[in-house]
Amino acid sequence: MQVLYGRHHVRVFRFGLRLVRNEQIAEDLISEVFLDVWRQAGKFEGRSAVSTWLLAITRFKALSALRRRKDAELDDEAANAIEDSSDDPEVSVQKKDTSEALRKCLTALSADHREIVDLVYYHEKSVEEVAQIVGIPENTVKTRLFYARKKLAELLKAAGIERGWP
Amino acid sequence: MMATSKKMLDEPGEIEMLLPWHAAGTLNARDARRVEEALARDPALARQYAVIREEYAETIHLNESLGAPSVRAMQKLFAAIDGEPVRKPSPASRVSTGIAQFFASLSPRTLAWSATAAVFALLLQAGVIGTVLLGGKTYQTASLSVNERPAAKLTRDLAAGGTPPRALVRFAPDAKMSDINALLDNYQATVVGGANGLFRLQFGSKSMSKDEVTGLMGKLRGEKIVSLAESAP
Repeated sequence: MQVLYGRHHVRVFRFGLRLVRNEQIAEDLISEVFLDVWRQAGKFEGRSAVSTWLLAITRFKALSALRRRKDAELDDEAANAIEDSSDDPEVSVQKKDTSEALRKCLTALSADHREIVDLVYYHEKSVEEVAQIVGIPENTVKTRLFYARKKLAELLKAAGIERGWP
Repeated sequence: MMATSKKMLDEPGEIEMLLPWHAAGTLNARDARRVEEALARDPALARQYAVIREEYAETIHLNESLGAPSVRAMQKLFAAIDGEPVRKPSPASRVSTGIAQFFASLSPRTLAWSATAAVFALLLQAGVIGTVLLGGKTYQTASLSVNERPAAKLTRDLAAGGTPPRALVRFAPDAKMSDINALLDNYQATVVGGANGLFRLQFGSKSMSKDEVTGLMGKLRGEKIVSLAESAP
């Protein structure tokens, strides 16, 4: 367990944090994820990579955590922290630096889009693995990422940054 | 009609949709080759790929900037694992439990007769096998007999197989996971338990003398990320 934790906890934490946008909840998430792994180790069939299995559990736990928070009727401020806090990139993106603007706009994407962008670019998951983690068909994985990128381009354009696509 | 044409123009092509995976290097060889060929003949696609490379780099940058969880998460996890109930037996152990329960259900007299009969059957079987296989011949093996083994060697083996030292360790609140992992590696230590922020660590696989354990504890206490280290059984 220690080796598994040492090897994967940072990526699990970051994936969870990008989904729930709250460090405290993300830390609680990783304890829950690895505890589930400890309890269900016998159910891992080895048909996918361990990291894919971990990310799928993390995603499920993150969405449950978000639902719990919504059920608890959060005040508007906290709710804004979970939902999209930067719908207006013109305001949030002050610098003309493309890299920084890109990172801000990546943060401003919807949860569905953030998730797929992270899984493909940061967690380096294949189309099949993303489909397993998110629980959607492979073709939907491809189109969802395409439209996530398109949304990203729109946000950048609204912030005054043109990149020549689309 | 116009709307239909516009929709068709908006629909991404098959290769176009694969570009992000090509940037991440997660396409299979066949698809990677198809993308490479398309990039070589289509400048618009190549421009889009350059944009994707930027997105790829910045997504990694963004995620890497998120940092790592505090040691609290690990403490919480191991405390929860310690609090877990004993696991359900596996099917194999359920079978052995069933057999044990069957024998437990027999009366002492029945059990005694069964055991005696089993011993006789085993002795008879051993006698038959011995007579058939050995046929009165003797064999010499290449290995040393137990009697020839020096007593000192036995003592060393016992010492080597003794219990490795253990310690209760508390890490500093600001200790990072990477530092803790490095410390565990340096000391060849493994976490064998923990609760309430204290971790029970085991060092190496061999026992140590009292002086060696004292030295080890002293060294541990000198570590920046260790706030408490006490030898433990």
